[in-house]
Amino acid sequence: MSSYGQVQVKGGRYRFRGDFHRLEQHMPIRDADHGWRLVGVTKPRDMTYVHSYGGEALFFESLSQGKLFATKCENPACEANGSIFQPFRIYCPDCLSRCTVIDMTELAKQTATIHTFMVCERSGAFNVLDKPIRFINIEFDGVSTILFSYLLMGEPQIGMRVAPVFKYYNPTYTILDLSWVPAGTKAEALPEGFLF
Amino acid sequence: MITFSQQQLKTPRYLRPVYLVTAGQSKYARAIPEKRTEELCIDAFTMAAELLDLTPAELKKYIHTCYYGHFADHFGDQLLGEALIHDRLGLDPLGNVGIKSGGATGGSTLWEAAKAVASGYSDCALAMGWERMDEVPTDEGNFLIASAADRDWESPLGQIYTGYYAVMAQKYWQVFGKAEASFRRTLAEISVKHHGYARFNPFAHGPMKITVDDVLVSPVVADPLRALDCCLMSVGAACAVLCDEDTAVELTKNSRHKPLRVWVTAGSHTLRPADRRHMEIPLLPNETADQYKDLGKEFPGGDRYPGFTGFLAARMAAYYGYRMAGVVDPMEDFDVIELHDAFTISDVQTYEDIGLRPYGYGRDFVESGDCYHTNPHTGRPGRLPSNLSGGLIGCMHAVGASGIMQVFEIATQLWGRWSEIHGDEKRWKEFGREKPADWTDLQVEGAKRALSVSHAGVGSHVTATILMDPDHLLKKDA
Ligand SMILES: [Zn+2]
Repeated sequence: MSSYGQVQVKGGRYRFRGDFHRLEQHMPIRDADHGWRLVGVTKPRDMTYVHSYGGEALFFESLSQGKLFATKCENPACEANGSIFQPFRIYCPDCLSRCTVIDMTELAKQTATIHTFMVCERSGAFNVLDKPIRFINIEFDGVSTILFSYLLMGEPQIGMRVAPVFKYYNPTYTILDLSWVPAGTKAEALPEGFLF
Repeated sequence: MITFSQQQLKTPRYLRPVYLVTAGQSKYARAIPEKRTEELCIDAFTMAAELLDLTPAELKKYIHTCYYGHFADHFGDQLLGEALIHDRLGLDPLGNVGIKSGGATGGSTLWEAAKAVASGYSDCALAMGWERMDEVPTDEGNFLIASAADRDWESPLGQIYTGYYAVMAQKYWQVFGKAEASFRRTLAEISVKHHGYARFNPFAHGPMKITVDDVLVSPVVADPLRALDCCLMSVGAACAVLCDEDTAVELTKNSRHKPLRVWVTAGSHTLRPADRRHMEIPLLPNETADQYKDLGKEFPGGDRYPGFTGFLAARMAAYYGYRMAGVVDPMEDFDVIELHDAFTISDVQTYEDIGLRPYGYGRDFVESGDCYHTNPHTGRPGRLPSNLSGGLIGCMHAVGASGIMQVFEIATQLWGRWSEIHGDEKRWKEFGREKPADWTDLQVEGAKRALSVSHAGVGSHVTATILMDPDHLLKKDA
């Protein structure tokens, strides 16, 4: 019997429960063109990693609560003072002081615009998004960077206004909990699980 | 707006001249099940020794430190593979180190080896790179490559690196290419050229005789990029040996070629394109600030630098390298180049980053015919032939080896040995490949100076390697 590996932090340490890997048989690789001689072996592997979001955990938790957090450098001595970062940066890239966390959900609703996009027909293994994937990069008024995400509905165009949507139900606690729809999309048109 | 300090912009300096004395490479292919990686590395090293008319054992006696470029440990399921290769090459107990910088790994490996010689630490250093991308199926290969993007912010989105690149291609396509059908054809022409040149290269993995229309009907990967716009995924190894002047003279005394002066520089930029911030364009010696003041008017949407359309890392590698080696105008000062054509469109973007054309006008490098061995419009030699190896689209992309393959190629050009090495019937036969009846000699007549550019991912790391015939330097104290 096996069960999914689960982890908690208790007393400042990771506590593991369940199975974190499975044993699988190596298989020979043989050359069909040359008398089935041995060429090598397969090496199956199925492992579960444990990963900390550290100072970004707040960002990923807030997505499932319908909030888009960014950070801002408020160090008056910094050249980048006042810069807003999305992707969320824990520290200012210029002065390395800890940034202030700000809620930019309203700013995103009002100003999010597609900077560039790509409709991608292919994906790698372990992809969970429907294809084709509509990658978008989004600019916001007053934000110095250009967030990478995906468009949930509609066809992207440069300059198109979009609005954030969040995966309230069954969140994945990954960046996939944040997506975008064309501005003006009605709430009832959103796919299951997503809300404004 | 980001600014840079004078200290950060210092022109790099070697404490003594560095020479490239030889280089070698294995065959490249999508899969080489019959050989272990170390066999490919030994093939490359043996070839490097042969070009000096030495045995591998004789060449090994000169080597003092070793630099190994291998990007993706998880492809071969072997951590610290460098140590295995080092042992199999019989180079213990010399100091060695593994280097990884994504697609630029080969270039970065040369960067490290050159500094070891320039500083006096070593008189002779080995730079060896390889990659083994045949040991997982393609979709898992894409997943592993996507692991080089930010694992929390990017790779969950499709697990496909091409997609992260492609958003930048789309911006360039619309802003500077104006989404014109004529630009789409120019991109296709690059693929035709690179697959075509690969036909004359026995090492090459992707030789093809194709037309622009073939490229335009190949399957869409990420619009406007199609399958034939993309680089190969290869297996293979390449190496180069760098020396100080005395060792270089000694090693080449019985050889058919002379040592070449070499300079390697590097630049970087945010791993996530999303983090790019606005800045002024760092200018190359052949540019003025004035020429870019109306860029946003000429190309609406093109006013943000580097935005998603320029590769700052490539610009900085050239910025440092040109000043270091005395290059003023790359179109005039170089005779042949090898660029990192991960995609046809990124090839065009790079023409601008390294100053072959001003920002916004990269396509003209192809449309003018300058980039060809023989200019198709005039029938005369191209002004600055690029990727005569076939590049990453036609020859190979075995990540850790790619930047070294490029240097192998431009070195054979400066040595005047391109035809001897690429035309050798024996080599074609040994690789199990048929030399085409219309095989064409791509030696660039009288080539004295060359450049190669090695590039990672979305432009996170880029190196520039400049080679010169020591009798044709551009500045005395370089
Ligand atoms: Zn700051």
